[in-house]
Amino acid sequence: MSMNRKGRPTGTGSSPLEAINKAALLPSEPLLFEVGDVSHTGVDLPDVSIDDTRLGGFKRKTPLDLPGLSEPENMRHYVRLSRLNYSIDAGLYPLGSCTMKHNPRLNEKMARLPGFADVHPLQPISSVQGAIGVISELAEWLMVLTNTKAVAMSPKAGAHGELCGMMAIKAAHEAKGEGHRNIVLVPESAHGTNPATAAFLGYKVVGVPANSNGTVDVKAVEAALSPDVAGIMLTNPNTCGLFEPDVKKIADAVHAAGAYFYCDGANFNAIMGVVRPGDLGIDAMHINLHKTFSTPHGGGGPGAGPVVLSEALAPYAPVPFVHSSQTGLELVEHVEGSKSFGRLTAFHGQMGMFTRALTYMLSHGGDGLKQAANDAVLNANYLKSRLEKVFTLPFGDQHCMHEVLANDDFLEGTGVTTLDFSKAMIDEGYHPMTMYFPLVVHGAMLIEPTESESLKALDAFVDTMLELATAAKAGDVARFTSAPQNAPLKRLDETGAARKPILKWVRE
Amino acid sequence: MRYLPHSDADRAHMLAAIGVNTSDELFDVVPADLKLKNVLDLPSHTPEYGVEVHMNALANKNHTGSDGPFFIGAGAYRHHVPASVDHLIQRSEWLTAYTPYQPEISQGTLQMLFEFQTQVASLMGMEVANASMYDGSTAAAEAILMARRVTRRQKIIVSGGLHPQYRDVIKTYLSEEEGLVCRPSNSEGTASIQGTDSIIDQVDETTAAILVQTPDFYGHLHDLEALADAAHAKGALLIVVVTEIVALGLIEAPGACGADIVVAEGQSLGNPLGFGGPYVGLMSTRQKFIRQMPGRLCGETVDADGTRGFVLTLSTREQHIRREKATSNICTNAGLCALAFTIHLSLLGEIGLTKLAKINHANACKLADALAKVSGVDVLNKTFFNEFTIRLNKNAGQTIQALADRGIMAGLPVSRLEPSRDDLSNLIVLAATELTSDQDIANLIAALTEELS
Repeated sequence: MSMNRKGRPTGTGSSPLEAINKAALLPSEPLLFEVGDVSHTGVDLPDVSIDDTRLGGFKRKTPLDLPGLSEPENMRHYVRLSRLNYSIDAGLYPLGSCTMKHNPRLNEKMARLPGFADVHPLQPISSVQGAIGVISELAEWLMVLTNTKAVAMSPKAGAHGELCGMMAIKAAHEAKGEGHRNIVLVPESAHGTNPATAAFLGYKVVGVPANSNGTVDVKAVEAALSPDVAGIMLTNPNTCGLFEPDVKKIADAVHAAGAYFYCDGANFNAIMGVVRPGDLGIDAMHINLHKTFSTPHGGGGPGAGPVVLSEALAPYAPVPFVHSSQTGLELVEHVEGSKSFGRLTAFHGQMGMFTRALTYMLSHGGDGLKQAANDAVLNANYLKSRLEKVFTLPFGDQHCMHEVLANDDFLEGTGVTTLDFSKAMIDEGYHPMTMYFPLVVHGAMLIEPTESESLKALDAFVDTMLELATAAKAGDVARFTSAPQNAPLKRLDETGAARKPILKWVRE
Repeated sequence: MRYLPHSDADRAHMLAAIGVNTSDELFDVVPADLKLKNVLDLPSHTPEYGVEVHMNALANKNHTGSDGPFFIGAGAYRHHVPASVDHLIQRSEWLTAYTPYQPEISQGTLQMLFEFQTQVASLMGMEVANASMYDGSTAAAEAILMARRVTRRQKIIVSGGLHPQYRDVIKTYLSEEEGLVCRPSNSEGTASIQGTDSIIDQVDETTAAILVQTPDFYGHLHDLEALADAAHAKGALLIVVVTEIVALGLIEAPGACGADIVVAEGQSLGNPLGFGGPYVGLMSTRQKFIRQMPGRLCGETVDADGTRGFVLTLSTREQHIRREKATSNICTNAGLCALAFTIHLSLLGEIGLTKLAKINHANACKLADALAKVSGVDVLNKTFFNEFTIRLNKNAGQTIQALADRGIMAGLPVSRLEPSRDDLSNLIVLAATELTSDQDIANLIAALTEELS
């Protein structure tokens, strides 16, 4: 390990050059700024001279200080970097709440058709009927799957969808003269985006406790409802992996109190084709296309979060939305003359994710989507049946949905935490499950296999998990606290990173 | 089913292990009257070739940028992306990786984000950048909210030169209309800083920030230094919006002019037009404001052996830690689009980006000079980068439609985004890029001349 002149480590080689030589096989790669330099470029462009008269005197004087790489060097840099990543194509991600299913390659091929990729969002509508057709067709699938009357397609991510749904709720109250309602009920088990979204809109977040079965306590909801409550934000199936059996009662109580029901649709993979959220009384539900409908996670994005809406909220949907007329499909882009609460993004939404999701839906069909939900739930319950011999499952006396929740009771007295256990999973070749979420159980481990995992893959995963649990209970603490040993890096100092943030490379 | 690995035998084995007879029993908790008895009224599963036929039919109903002369910009720009970019982003380890919450096995993504943050900060002339936002418009809205948090003031003045859809997003995001002043553009399509726009005159001690786009929606370039001075004199911040990131290859970095927050749309580098998304929002600011910045941040650190590595950091700003006290509700970033951006920019380097910007400007100058000669057309801009506004002697929307019907995408009629502004109904905004050929310009001029005669 070598240091630069400021005493900062520069990677595993003793110089950037040595690191480059070894890096074809070793998992490390210097920074772009250490391998490229400002005098190189990898794109052939002609030199043109310009006169500056139309630049208004604002021509750039500040150096760009951006390194370039020839194509061969560029390819090496990004291929080597890529090899430092775990990915779905390489292994299972048992990440509860994330639905890490396979990303079909047909999706990628279809999204790249020039008829979708090389089209400008502001071309005359007559020239983009196919693109609007995709939006309209996908919207139709979403409405049929959920039994709802309208869908806002433009939100750019799940959290953006939550914003959309809650803004529609806010607008609906204001339209009825009920704008004074300033409270939103959120279960303690909710994903962080739920209270963050409510707070973003100025609502006061009031927590709703779960009962001992891990589901929302209807009586607690009824007690919390008042003329000041604007709505409730529920996830169903919930973040403990359980279907909310009283969801209809809760919806009815919420509606009776003059409030609306926002549903976080992150777990829709468990119920598509089985039960429709519209029948459960939801007023707004976002759907994560990058979870349920297989669009790729891309290392953190892009996502897409269309929001299905009940009849009550449909009038407030944001622009733009698709409208069919005699002459063809139209895009309604302006709020004038409507009750729409406004616009959430420039242009129309994540079109690239629409083509991918529609391709996925066409591939599966209604029958395949239902089978996928069935297999997702089957897989999670199979894992549960094998894991429950050793793992402590706080709600293990009932079937789970598409994910199974363990707590860290089984690790009590071992000196091994959920975090340590997760890092040891890495040494066995697995990305850890979701850790410490939901907050309602101690040391939570939320495991979601998805329908993409074969029986062999599931058994191999469980075998490893059981072996790890057994080792922890047998007292082999060091294996866990020193993990990971087999990853490109060992445990990273996150505290130090936050204390003294270094957020970019600086020339020495 | 090609994406579902289980055979019936597998399923039977698993059901037996669970101790149920059918998978239906696993859904017993769903109220019986709500469980669907039949498969929904949707098409059934389709082989790959069947899906391709369906999607190809939809794709073929769209006119593409290569089908004829193309001059639309207005916040999304048609540039050439080198072939290796799309090839690289399709590698499994980039495409199908998750958010880098487990840094030991995500160093590819994390190091790439660190490099991306560095490039964005350099481009903008700013101290620090985040790991990307959904797009330029939501980044602009978040910048305003950030400015309110930093200054603890409410008033925001938005220049009339801001992209109208960005302005609409800002109006939607801000829960209090009071305190939001959106200056209209005038009928010259200008939002001059003195004169009708008079942003500088409106800044006072209640102002949190002024927001200016440069090059603006109509293409004009603005004196950011004067605006920064005016804002800072009253303790307010300057937010700069850039919708064509390639412009920063030729025009001065907003950070060097005193900008406090710079947001941009990064689509022009690495990402296709794609009918509007997914795109990549860029955000940068001063080091002292980082704790108020939304979105992901990637930072450098060391591992247990002292080896350099990268992690997501300052997460206490974010929803998964702070929940209702978070700076924003954002969870995802633009991930793969940011990767495409950083790869394209690392191929260009500053030499390539500067050349690219010059070619764009040169082609726009050719286009403007050719249009100025057409009777019935006035070119309104004294300054521009690769996009400018013309005024016709007739309705622009109808002219654009007539040209589109002839296979020419002649620019954006302003009325598309500002339908209630009759005074803007003869204006068209046109862009040229490195892909604009002399033949394209000639074809446009010929067709436009006919339409206007």
